[in-house]
Amino acid sequence: MRYNNAGLFPFPVIGESFSPTPDKKVVTYLETNRTCFRAGIRDGIPIALGYFAVAFTLGIAARNAGFTAFQAFVESLTNNASAGEYAVFSLVAAGAGLWEVAIMTLVANARYLLMSCSLSQKLSPDTPLRHRMLIAFDVTDEIFGISIAVPGRLNPWYTYGAMAVAIPGWSVGTCLGVIMGNVLPLRLVSALSVGLYGMFIAIIVPPSRRSKIVGGLVLLSFALSYAAARWEALAGLSSGVKTIILTVVISLAAALLFPVKDEETEEAAS
Amino acid sequence: MNIWLYILVSAAVSYLIRVTPLVLIRREIRSRTLRSFLYYVPYVTLAVMTFPAIVDATQSPLAGLLALIAGCLLSWFGGSLFQVAIVCCLVVLAAEWFLI
Repeated sequence: MRYNNAGLFPFPVIGESFSPTPDKKVVTYLETNRTCFRAGIRDGIPIALGYFAVAFTLGIAARNAGFTAFQAFVESLTNNASAGEYAVFSLVAAGAGLWEVAIMTLVANARYLLMSCSLSQKLSPDTPLRHRMLIAFDVTDEIFGISIAVPGRLNPWYTYGAMAVAIPGWSVGTCLGVIMGNVLPLRLVSALSVGLYGMFIAIIVPPSRRSKIVGGLVLLSFALSYAAARWEALAGLSSGVKTIILTVVISLAAALLFPVKDEETEEAAS
Repeated sequence: MNIWLYILVSAAVSYLIRVTPLVLIRREIRSRTLRSFLYYVPYVTLAVMTFPAIVDATQSPLAGLLALIAGCLLSWFGGSLFQVAIVCCLVVLAAEWFLI
């Protein structure tokens, strides 16, 4: 690790792209991290709102599995995974063993392994271990989505900003779901639940406009995902497993057919 | 069995899945194919997770479909992350008002 300054972590590349005045080369590291953190909070707020609604419904499942409000709070605080936690709650409700829970958590969350691989390339190679370990705590579909969409390298403080609002939204939402059950009107839950997908759309559409290959892949992914979800022969597979298989197959085929130039991966998903 | 044991096991598995690649892959990957693969992964995986899930998330599938179309159009013409997310929610709220 080549970091020697205490507390203030330099990420000059990101600092410039995130600075309100990009022409100025003199940007202090403190401002840089603070700016990134604030930007993360800003982008994390819609995520936190969406999380709150989804977690609320998850809390109902937790209550059915015999979790107390505090236990459900800790489960969400430490897992940060919707499908994975839902699997845990249903398994516990069914009286499953610890091994079953471990394997199901692994399968339901395996897509995060791919996301972490992608994210490892988005970070500067100099990023210290402690940052890597902290970011890993909240690699979710949404936090990953906004982190990978940042121009240039990822400053961990951007992700921390989003985590600072998203994690409370998620864990408190689960806790309140256990306590209050079905208080939130169904209409509202239904509307809030698409907020998360709206964020995905906002991440995949702009690059689709810039690159025909990415746009084609997005449409192909829609089509194959629809086919996989509706095809009865695959009904036995969980949606998490389908997501992994489709992601690997489509991305690998694209990588072999349309290898990207280094400049494109450099600005990875900007 | 004690519920805290389930929490411990699920938390440990969830964290290990996420931390392993971030800690082990410290350098930039040189292989062009692998780099390309990781470049495409985010778009493909987010697209796979969005459709048809957005249609199944709402009470009326048509409301979800309308939200998808509205979100894509707004994002195509420069809508921000927050704007797109909010508009998707509002479209569902409005559509289900009439549909249900």
